[in-house]
Amino acid sequence: MHAIPLDYETLRLIWWALLGVLLIGFAIMGGMDLGVGALLPFVARTDDERRVLINLIGPTWEGNQVWLVLGGGAIFAAWPTIYAVSFSGFYLAMIAILLALILRPVGFKFRGKVNNPAWRSVWDWALFVGGFVPALIFGVAVGNVFLGVPFSFDGNMRITYTGNFFGLLTPFALLAGLVSLSMLVTQGAAIIAKRTTGPVADRAARYGKIAALATAVLFILGGVVCLFLIAGYKVTSVQDMAGPSAPLSKTAISEVGAWAHNYSAYPWMLAAPILAILGSVIAYFGLNARAGVTAILGSSLAIFSIIATTGLSLFPFLLPSSLDPKASLTVWDASSSQLTLFIMLLVTLVFMPIILAYTAWVFTVMRGTVTTKSLGRNPNAY
Amino acid sequence: MIDPIVVELSRLQFAATAMYHFLFVPLTLGLSLIMAIMESVYVMTGREVWRRMTLFWGTLFGINFAMGVATGIVMEFQFGMNWSYYSHYVGDVFGAPLAIEGLMAFFLEATFIGLFFFGWDRLPRVGHLAVTWLTGLGANLSALWILIANGWMQNPVGAALNPDTMRMEVTDFAAVLFNPVAQAKFVHTVSAGYVTGSVFVLAVSALFLLQRKHRDLAIRSMVVAASFGLASALSVVVLGDESGYVATEHQKMKLAAMENMQVTEDAPAGLTLFAVPTGGGQSLTVKIPWVLGLISTRSLDTEVLGMSELVERAKARIENGLVAAKALAAIKANTTDQQARATFTATSKDFGYALLLKKYRDDIENATPEQIASAAQDTVPDVWPLFWSFRIMAGVGFFFIAFFAFWFWQASHRRLEKHRWALWLGVLALPLPWVGVEVGWIVAEYGRQPWVVEGVLPTFYAASGLHFWDLAISLGFFLLVYTTLAIIMVWLMVRVIKAGPKPGGIFAEDAGAGLVGTPSPVPAE
Repeated sequence: MHAIPLDYETLRLIWWALLGVLLIGFAIMGGMDLGVGALLPFVARTDDERRVLINLIGPTWEGNQVWLVLGGGAIFAAWPTIYAVSFSGFYLAMIAILLALILRPVGFKFRGKVNNPAWRSVWDWALFVGGFVPALIFGVAVGNVFLGVPFSFDGNMRITYTGNFFGLLTPFALLAGLVSLSMLVTQGAAIIAKRTTGPVADRAARYGKIAALATAVLFILGGVVCLFLIAGYKVTSVQDMAGPSAPLSKTAISEVGAWAHNYSAYPWMLAAPILAILGSVIAYFGLNARAGVTAILGSSLAIFSIIATTGLSLFPFLLPSSLDPKASLTVWDASSSQLTLFIMLLVTLVFMPIILAYTAWVFTVMRGTVTTKSLGRNPNAY
Repeated sequence: MIDPIVVELSRLQFAATAMYHFLFVPLTLGLSLIMAIMESVYVMTGREVWRRMTLFWGTLFGINFAMGVATGIVMEFQFGMNWSYYSHYVGDVFGAPLAIEGLMAFFLEATFIGLFFFGWDRLPRVGHLAVTWLTGLGANLSALWILIANGWMQNPVGAALNPDTMRMEVTDFAAVLFNPVAQAKFVHTVSAGYVTGSVFVLAVSALFLLQRKHRDLAIRSMVVAASFGLASALSVVVLGDESGYVATEHQKMKLAAMENMQVTEDAPAGLTLFAVPTGGGQSLTVKIPWVLGLISTRSLDTEVLGMSELVERAKARIENGLVAAKALAAIKANTTDQQARATFTATSKDFGYALLLKKYRDDIENATPEQIASAAQDTVPDVWPLFWSFRIMAGVGFFFIAFFAFWFWQASHRRLEKHRWALWLGVLALPLPWVGVEVGWIVAEYGRQPWVVEGVLPTFYAASGLHFWDLAISLGFFLLVYTTLAIIMVWLMVRVIKAGPKPGGIFAEDAGAGLVGTPSPVPAE
């Protein structure tokens, strides 16, 4: 076997960053569609209005959702133990997300095929659930990561998990869920405000402003709780950053204030939470001035920075264990092998620019304002 | 200890969701290319009917595709949810093709599918044609990477067990990529998808001809389906034979069970055509001499091993695997024990066989000879489901060669409409490809039991430590939602087919001009 030209710790750090990129990619692109889904029954009231929203995201939502599919695949390939512990541990929450996501493709495709108000109303609510539930639960899951998840390993690395579904619904986790929901609703509102007209755009701007403010306020509140009230985690042994991915070979403890550690050690990291608040404020004023592009950029900045804040606060942890802190999974002990990380990096470097290029092209082709009139011309409209 | 009921329910849920997902995948694979062919003819000839065909089949494609997407995301997440030890144990190898599938294939397919539907009036003809081909290419590349992942479960090459991380890690990525099992499975599976798409188009078109409706569209669609279907049906069977050949190299037990071969026969072995169990392990059998030996070993003097010999081999491998397990315990006690590491490296290829004992006790090092014998016996899959699944699959495969040869002959002589009974046969054949592909997956996956990764990881040991009610709730919800959606989907497809193509390629649907279901005037070209 040839020597791998990048050392193991660099590769692990790159894949930590790429995990962030994929989650941010999904939250910005797919989050836009989830946000529109969550707003659908409120922002659009008549069938024509709802069709405008559905056809606004209809041509591109499938591509956007691949960020989630790819995120799942990349966690599997690059962080297999994280994938194993989190997906099985959060089992019923994942089932709820899946059932909600299942409703989306069929909702888009089936709704317009029959012209009956009751039929259409069923699929409108299906699309609402398909947007609202995942947007909320993804945040609840992240909240639980901050709190630590009750798992441990036996000698063969088989997982024991002692939590249950209702144990996930703690006040802090629900607060994190609301941050996630409000930031994705802001994103959805911003795209509606940009690409529609009339009462739909007005209502979207109104809801979007509330969501943008809620994002900032809830995010600050979450930060305060995180720093002063809940116990964070810290590694207490020296970790071999290039060692084998064997989590049990370290020691770690849980203590209040541990999530502040990175910010006192590296004050520049404070830029992330500050930008998160700034992004929400920009989104608010963008929506207020009905400047769609500004609102989208502000909202995207907020999403980017909120997810970056999460990653930086937890670092090097990816999934702390409340049951057995030394079983916690970190950047240095939960990755794939050096060879797999390297191969996957090469594949990503080749294909990511191609994906971005054709996605941009598709959005360019589909650009423009969506109105009831513009739908009338398209035989395939939903 | 692992709860066997949770393992069984996890298996049931995976089988149910996978087989359900695979109701939609083959049609997507086949229909995407058939549409691309039709649109290519439209772009080359400029004849409007070909555009109308692309739009009509495209509407049905879209309904099917939505179901494929809805059920596909469940597949990807279920590995971690229900098979967490599997995910940990082989994620380093198995995760890579899944992630590459997303990067190279699914992104392509899902991004361009939107433009396929919404881009007709926004793109030049050639531009839209490129979009259609890219959608089909994405779907087929998707199958390639999924089958590379699945092929590795059947024939786990290019990886080794790392005692420090307790998982399989890639040693040779090219071997994973060019795994002969994966290559054969890919061609076999996509060809089956093309057959499914062809039968679907042919059956619906035959129905139109029987009803004397949409003749211009139906005739042309049948010509495309008959030609594409004949090539694909030949490919499924010929390259299915290739799968049989590779199965003997790597999965001798699967082949023996498929053939109900209790003991090794003298070479060249005969192929069992039919067998009826008559009790006591005996059966009434009709055999074709020599054929099995020829297909599976490509020679007249190599034996095809029977199940009892293979059980003996498994026993020896379990004992060797226990040597690896003891060396592993020594490494855990002292990570610098070089002698234990050397022993482990020499014996770790059989460690998976030792894990078969986990069904009987946690401290496998202390297994009794009886437990070792039972674990070895466990390597034999249930013969009869496998035996008959294989025969149904092969029967369907051969039937479709004859079926498409007939239609191709009729199409070449311009007498597609000549026999009404033949058109009825065309309509009635509609469910058969789904029967073939579903039992095909039973042969592949059920035949691999008790392994989730052949020789590396037993299914029993791979499941997540969930509780009975977790599974009961998830399985209940999946069955409820899937069944409801399936009924709605079939109802919608029937509606679209009844409404038929609209003149000028415009689907009234919901575009303000009317509804699906309103009668359409005779299409004028």
